[in-house]
Amino acid sequence: MPTAYPLPTNLSPATVANTASLIRIVALALISGAAIASRLFAVINFESIIHEFDPWFNYRATRVLASKGFYEFWNWFDPTAWYPLGRVVGGTLYPGLMATSGVIYNLLHAINLPVDIRNICVLLAPGFSALTAWATYMFTKEMKDASAGLLAAAFIGIVPGYISRSVAGSYDNEAIAIFLLMITFYCWIKALKQGSALFGTVAAVFYFYMVAAWGGYAFITNMIPLHALVLILMGRFSSRLYVAYSSWYAIGTLASMQVPFVGFQPVKTSEHMAALGVFGLLQIVAFAQLVRSHVSSHQFQKLLATGVISIGILGAMAFVLLTYKGWIAPWTGRFYSLWDTGYAKKYIPIIASVSEHQPTAWPSFFMDLQFLVFLFPAGVILCFRELRDEHLFVIIYAVVASYFAGVMVRLMLTLTPVVCVASAVALSTLLDTFVDPTEPEVVDDTRSESGASTISAPGTNGAAPSPTTPATTSKKAKKAAAAAAEHPTTLSDILASSSTKTAKPKGIYGLDTRIMVVLNTICMLAFFVSHCTWVTSSAYSSPSVVLASSNPDGSQHIIDDFREAYYWLRQNTPEDAVVMSWWDYGYQIAGMADRPTLVDNNTWNNTHIATVGKAMSSSEEVAYPILRKHDVSYILVIFGGLIGYSGDDINKFLWMVRIAQGVWPDEVQEPSFFTPQGEYKVDDNASPAMRNSLMYKMSYYRFVDLFGGAQAMDRVRQQQVPKVGPTLDYLDEAFTSENWIVRIYEVKKEDSLGRDLKSANAFAQGKKRKRSKPTTRRRAIL
Amino acid sequence: MAPKSSPPAASNVVHSLWKAYSDQTSDRMKFIDAFLVFLMLSGVAQFLYCVLVTDYPFNAFLAGFSSNVGQFVLTASLRSQVNPENKNEFKEVSPERAFADFALGSIVLHFFVYNFLG
Repeated sequence: MPTAYPLPTNLSPATVANTASLIRIVALALISGAAIASRLFAVINFESIIHEFDPWFNYRATRVLASKGFYEFWNWFDPTAWYPLGRVVGGTLYPGLMATSGVIYNLLHAINLPVDIRNICVLLAPGFSALTAWATYMFTKEMKDASAGLLAAAFIGIVPGYISRSVAGSYDNEAIAIFLLMITFYCWIKALKQGSALFGTVAAVFYFYMVAAWGGYAFITNMIPLHALVLILMGRFSSRLYVAYSSWYAIGTLASMQVPFVGFQPVKTSEHMAALGVFGLLQIVAFAQLVRSHVSSHQFQKLLATGVISIGILGAMAFVLLTYKGWIAPWTGRFYSLWDTGYAKKYIPIIASVSEHQPTAWPSFFMDLQFLVFLFPAGVILCFRELRDEHLFVIIYAVVASYFAGVMVRLMLTLTPVVCVASAVALSTLLDTFVDPTEPEVVDDTRSESGASTISAPGTNGAAPSPTTPATTSKKAKKAAAAAAEHPTTLSDILASSSTKTAKPKGIYGLDTRIMVVLNTICMLAFFVSHCTWVTSSAYSSPSVVLASSNPDGSQHIIDDFREAYYWLRQNTPEDAVVMSWWDYGYQIAGMADRPTLVDNNTWNNTHIATVGKAMSSSEEVAYPILRKHDVSYILVIFGGLIGYSGDDINKFLWMVRIAQGVWPDEVQEPSFFTPQGEYKVDDNASPAMRNSLMYKMSYYRFVDLFGGAQAMDRVRQQQVPKVGPTLDYLDEAFTSENWIVRIYEVKKEDSLGRDLKSANAFAQGKKRKRSKPTTRRRAIL
Repeated sequence: MAPKSSPPAASNVVHSLWKAYSDQTSDRMKFIDAFLVFLMLSGVAQFLYCVLVTDYPFNAFLAGFSSNVGQFVLTASLRSQVNPENKNEFKEVSPERAFADFALGSIVLHFFVYNFLG
């Protein structure tokens, strides 16, 4: 056989195999190292600190778990959250993340390594990213071979789409959830391939862990049944499928109900019914198969078919009836918002107000996946080439996850693993073809026909050696075209017809072509690595609690206003002083300032949030009774106008108005906050409702004084603030941080002489009461 | 699923099915099938109790019922794995391993059942 370059001939197959496995292990270790290392930018550039919002709650809960033990944590009622309602924390969270850190903490302390719980929390996500790389390797190995697996592991290790949720300090549920997602899928594929109840059970156990860790478990709950259903519909039912699915579902569903936050949902809500339905269908199909194996009457088979169909219809009708009767909860709003992107904005503004629930912008696909985004479709099409059961899984996963990633930025995370897997399959097929030294032979027609027929056989073997090469390229082209045009179910016919056609021997001639393609690929990979490193270091490693800007000389300047303000609260206010802020900052106030908050990122009580929104968006006189009724002592607002921090409360203000309007449509109206031209302005043209709102006043209070007579400029909105700043009668400025990002106001107590605070203020300033116009009396709400 | 059109033919079919079953199935399989039938009856009884009497400790009902369903599917899996007819489908699962899988699955299942009984 002619080869393009000389191969050593004196190596025994055992040596080759051993070396390959050693190289694989070393490569995996290096990939894990790279995955961990690239997530440490946040620690190196800033410090070992918990990031963003939700992680602060997770961290707080983990501290309770580590210091007080599991039972305390499980029964934890937090009276300081959602003041005055409180929150049953143990029953309203996914405890998997905290339990994991707790176990690691206790383990390390058991072997006398006194590691701080904060460092465990900070480094948990990087650690699990190494495990994710391994799980992706195993998963891809089932799809193609170990070399594709290594590529996939390398991709998932450094791809920004996953790093965005798993940098050091990003102590959120997703940190461990993606690992669990991949390992559950791997076990499922393995169970399906072998027909093994063992792997089904292991998949169920990991599924349980996933349910305990992340609300996104519903993705698995629907992906696996969907895969099973497609297999049944394609006529690929086998006893292996029965064993794998039944063992996974029976154990996994029971296990998932052990998590208090999930409770009876798996048998009572529509999101979980698909899994149950497929389970029932599988039982019926399996029974029919069993009966058919004993009876071969044609009529009886027909009877069975009608029986199966009628039972299916009956089941669907029973489901509709149960939903109608209210025994099964219908789809939740969060689910609808996945299908209709405008739904959330109309009916549940609180979901739409979260920036990560917005539809994904196209550039972010490239930013998060870089060249994988081009390889991904190629990989999916390559899956059609063999179309084994597990390839179908990747195809379904790819389609479903692509859709979801387009709907919500946040769900990019679930797309990323399958992109890595499919791209790795595509890239490793490319490399296989071009690194393979076999030169195509120049043959006559008769030989090529026999060649084509022998080639199709090893094609089913994942790690097929060199002889496949001549056919793969030709087949690839044909099937790519076929797959693009045709539906998967009819594809098998096309496959059959295309393999019978005589294929001309095609292949790679000479060394130059190979070197060109391989070099090109290496270049692309190098660009990918540098892109990932750049995106990770510049975009995804900011803790957002600590901000960074650069000085004119290029050195880094740290803006630490948040912690400054939170520690001021912690040091200077009584421990039971209730702090009101928009819900984004609830967890941070609880975590860093340790003070009760009205609302936080848990967002379970829409009315309570709307109350805060109403207080923020109405005038002082209206807001004051609300504040007093809720025992609010301090109000905290985020204001970025001075240094240009765009994520401030004025920019979020319209959401507060919308959410408040959802509950009190008569008292708060969104249009009144716009100028007559329909613009959102904070300058002289701002509408009266805007300028009288508590939020506006608190944000711009004394802002003009800062400019000493010059025109005050809001640097976020690029607008000039009115020359005369707002005045406050019911609040006192208590604290403003260095760069004015956090401003804290104290709510005044009622006047000791029984006057309303406005006239008391006017009196103190020596102004006379105007007789002609009686001052606005404080009105009671409701 | 009894056919509506021709009752005599149906009873005939059922009869021949039963005959074929008792002829073709080994005693071990029949033993497993007996267990399956028992589990099914037990599950039906619990379900009827839940529907007709009360579902009050709902977790207890779910635990009991899922233990039946789970055990049923695990046993059915075991049955199809050790069935000699399916030998070429389960290439990597020997009957011994099938039983080990079955035992492990049952242990995990009943761990959760016990935890859920309340």
